[in-house]
Amino acid sequence: MTTALDTDVRPEDRFISAFEVNHGQALNGTNASIAQQREDAIERFAQLGIPTNDLEAWKYTNISKTIDRPYTLSLSPEGPSLDPSDIAPFTIDEMDAHRVVLVNGHVDESLSDIGDLPSGVVLSSLAQAGEEHPDIVEEHYGQYADFEDEALTALNTAFVQDGAFIYVPSGTIVEKPIFFLHVTAGSEPLFLQPRHLFVVEDGAIAKVVEAQHSVTEAQTFTNTVSEAFVGERANLEHYLVQDEGANASQVHTRAGQQEDDSVYSTNTITFSGEVVRNNATIEVNGSFCESNLYGLCIGKDEMHVDNHTQMDHVQPDCNSNELYKHVLNDESTAVFNGKVLVTRGSQRIDAYQQNDTIVLTDDANIYTKPELEIYADDVVCSHGATTGQVDEEGVFYLRSRGLSERRAHILMLQAFTDEVVSEYKIDPLRDYIAEKIRQRFASYFA
Amino acid sequence: MALLEINNLHVGVEDEDIKILNGVDLTLDTGDMHAIMGPNGSGKSTLASVLAGREEYEVLEGEIHYDGEDLLELEPEERAEEGVFLAFQYPVELPGVSMTNFLKESVNSVREARGQEELSSAEFLQQMRERADMLGLDADLTKRSVNEGFSGGEKKRNEIFQLAMLEPRLAILDETDSGLDIDALQSVANGVNKLRDGDRGFLVITHYERILQYIVPDRVHVMMDGQIARSGDKDLAETLEEHGYEWIREEVAAAA
Repeated sequence: MTTALDTDVRPEDRFISAFEVNHGQALNGTNASIAQQREDAIERFAQLGIPTNDLEAWKYTNISKTIDRPYTLSLSPEGPSLDPSDIAPFTIDEMDAHRVVLVNGHVDESLSDIGDLPSGVVLSSLAQAGEEHPDIVEEHYGQYADFEDEALTALNTAFVQDGAFIYVPSGTIVEKPIFFLHVTAGSEPLFLQPRHLFVVEDGAIAKVVEAQHSVTEAQTFTNTVSEAFVGERANLEHYLVQDEGANASQVHTRAGQQEDDSVYSTNTITFSGEVVRNNATIEVNGSFCESNLYGLCIGKDEMHVDNHTQMDHVQPDCNSNELYKHVLNDESTAVFNGKVLVTRGSQRIDAYQQNDTIVLTDDANIYTKPELEIYADDVVCSHGATTGQVDEEGVFYLRSRGLSERRAHILMLQAFTDEVVSEYKIDPLRDYIAEKIRQRFASYFA
Repeated sequence: MALLEINNLHVGVEDEDIKILNGVDLTLDTGDMHAIMGPNGSGKSTLASVLAGREEYEVLEGEIHYDGEDLLELEPEERAEEGVFLAFQYPVELPGVSMTNFLKESVNSVREARGQEELSSAEFLQQMRERADMLGLDADLTKRSVNEGFSGGEKKRNEIFQLAMLEPRLAILDETDSGLDIDALQSVANGVNKLRDGDRGFLVITHYERILQYIVPDRVHVMMDGQIARSGDKDLAETLEEHGYEWIREEVAAAA
């Protein structure tokens, strides 16, 4: 069942009335606590409203303009059927992975290729997990992505239905990457709200790769909320590749929680999108943890990409590294807002943050803002931001060694992005990303 | 035909009303080693930059012929392909650009321009090892990003290493000796001497006479105020070491 959003009324009201109409359609409608959370969420959404530029956190990204369009709110699990050939360009075949394909936020089993999983590992849709593993879902669902101050997280929570789910039990190692391929399809201008939950228990190790693509020319909006739990001594690598094309906008909210001695690394790359807002929050709820937040934005045309990160150190003796880089061409815009919070008593924190941008044209824009909030006195926190052009001295050096001006520029840009690309620890994925970047840069200097 | 012939070269800085070279004349034959000395700001490095094709300089008058060709018509990469090599005074650090990949691309683009076959990876690595050995360059440096985190001496050695890999016909060394300790100075000089042969011309730009104790030049030119104020044989370098540059300035002034 789908509901067309009437554009004559306030966009908030459209969602609220759609919520009332589709009351029974949500995830695990029988589960009382999730059902109650949905009610609370829509109420909170109604109070908060869609963020406007008046809010500091949304100062440089006008999301209301993008949301205020006649989207179709998709609530039915049946997506359009896709052939393997439709998704062939996105499957990264060199990467041997447990592959799950989601079309419009729902798992498509015929396109998926999960293969053999270690004993006890669950890889399924969130809806299925809600039925088969209600205890795990209830323990973690909605615990990390707080909707109290985030209207779009509240909206997602109100409409929650389905998405991706991983459970890696204590002490289990998943050697191959788990690959979620998200595809938006169909002729309608869809408003999608997938919800993902990744649970990596104590001592477990997993690598998750998510890629977002679109096979429709229709204007779409995806409001994703993704939660991750990284247990004691666990290690989760989490990669996100965003490449949905010029007609797709999205808000992608990712909230992770770490326990003692764990490592959580995220790496987000944005190749395309109309308006892309990423909220990445990590709460380090344990000591002796390592957190890594990496990101790249390869902006072109009129892309608008906003990365908001929040690194919450609420326990002592941890370190976090954050590096976001942008290469902005044409009239693209990037926003980076990196917040680091160190609470009282969280001593011996080593938090590092860096944001570097190359602007290739006079019309590209970067807004960068570090925010450090530190309430402990024995910490090392640093931040830095640079903005500039390609180093012409480097270009001349390369040319003086026989490389063409074009090759020199491509090489210099690749070298700039390499600092983030080299953090891809899955070789075939790194090669895939590096090649995509190379092709993009090559197209700039045709 | 001379390998390099510079006639009445006048050079200024683009968009600024500054003139740096005021009529330089210089002829270098194949097989020759010429040194250009001179005080700070006399225009030595500008001459090197113009020869390599740096765009911020504007040639106001005069001409440069390289192997009979109009050098000023060529892009920097074309000059490299034709066999012109500049060892930079300040080699650029290129984080993220792997030394091996960069040099392979560089060597092969120059080889292609000369009608030579591309080197295979194995041949290239072999050649890289041999030349690094020859120059006493730590082979580990070739596994890093170009010049990144190299010491001053390593950067200069790396320039000579690239010279050895690219086998140019005209090599311009822009203050390659500056800032080197005695070991690095000797190894750079040894490298240059090994690469010296009848087919290659060298233009060594330097501030000090000391490198010329190891690399013996055929001619020494003194540049002052954007002109070659005096030329002589290797003894001129020693005279300069003893007496400085002022006496030349006085002689030039007296003659004027």
